[in-house]
Amino acid sequence: MIRIWLSVVAVTVLSWLMKASAPLIIAQRKLPRSVIRMTALTAPVLLAGLIVTELGGKQLDWTQLAGVGTSGVLALAKVPMLVAVAGGIVATAAIRLL
Amino acid sequence: MSARRRMDRAAFVDGMRLGVGPGAAAFVLALSFGAEAEARGWGLGLPVVFSALAFSGSAQFTLLTALAGGSALAAITSAVLINARYLVMSVALNESLEGGRIRRSLHALALADASFVAAHRDDGRYDAARLVGASVPQWIFWVGGTAIGALTSPSPELMHTLGLDVAFPAFFLILAIDELRRSRRAFVAALLGATIAGLLLLVTSPGYALLGATAAALIGVLPEKEETA
Repeated sequence: MIRIWLSVVAVTVLSWLMKASAPLIIAQRKLPRSVIRMTALTAPVLLAGLIVTELGGKQLDWTQLAGVGTSGVLALAKVPMLVAVAGGIVATAAIRLL
Repeated sequence: MSARRRMDRAAFVDGMRLGVGPGAAAFVLALSFGAEAEARGWGLGLPVVFSALAFSGSAQFTLLTALAGGSALAAITSAVLINARYLVMSVALNESLEGGRIRRSLHALALADASFVAAHRDDGRYDAARLVGASVPQWIFWVGGTAIGALTSPSPELMHTLGLDVAFPAFFLILAIDELRRSRRAFVAALLGATIAGLLLLVTSPGYALLGATAAALIGVLPEKEETA
């Protein structure tokens, strides 16, 4: 059990250090404009990667794709976020129960 | 109250509102983490402490899985590498933070995927108050879900039948719809990132595929049209 506790502590501290790496190393120093432009693209790129890895990380599941697609269509129709996600969950659950 | 403080407070509240949705999705994932950790003999306290302090699903799941089948050093290395995207996010966020090293670092500890995206403003910078606000409900759901999962051990089959695996990708898709409307360049970068992630998924695990996808942000190094003129 001590092995698990020590591993948990190590991963926790290293995760903190990674999250705080730039504040600790770069701090107030200004970065070149090209790097700042790059940082502005990090969020959309990360989101695209998250969608792909969430959907394709295991075996592709068309019932999950159908639910996510339903949520996307609802969001495009200006339905509130939580309702759109709930709609996708219900659609997938309904398909799986059929 | 100063105008600046009011703005920060409004951004924090806005962040909390944006964090509830992803938080609910995190709750489902946390149920699985708590149940799986309990099943592997971690007990109740350790998974909850791990969730409360590390607040990182990808690293936690990786450590849980890798510790069962290999050495502790290899498991720790895998769990840390899978979170290497936080190095990129940290650089992106730091440019928008204020104050000294300690203050900036404390803000950066609130980093989580959905919070990072929620904090992204229309001008390309990141709002620290909104980032922390978005992380608050997610942290509560994450830690609460872990505890309930460890206590109740819900069946993975039941969660699958209920369609709960749709929650996370659906939230990410809805957030992406907003993000991609901002600029043509963001759309191209996201498309490139999705392609890289898809190709890497053929040869490696999702964590590394996600890290690889962040390379698509490198197209930001290219000057924009108005700058080249």
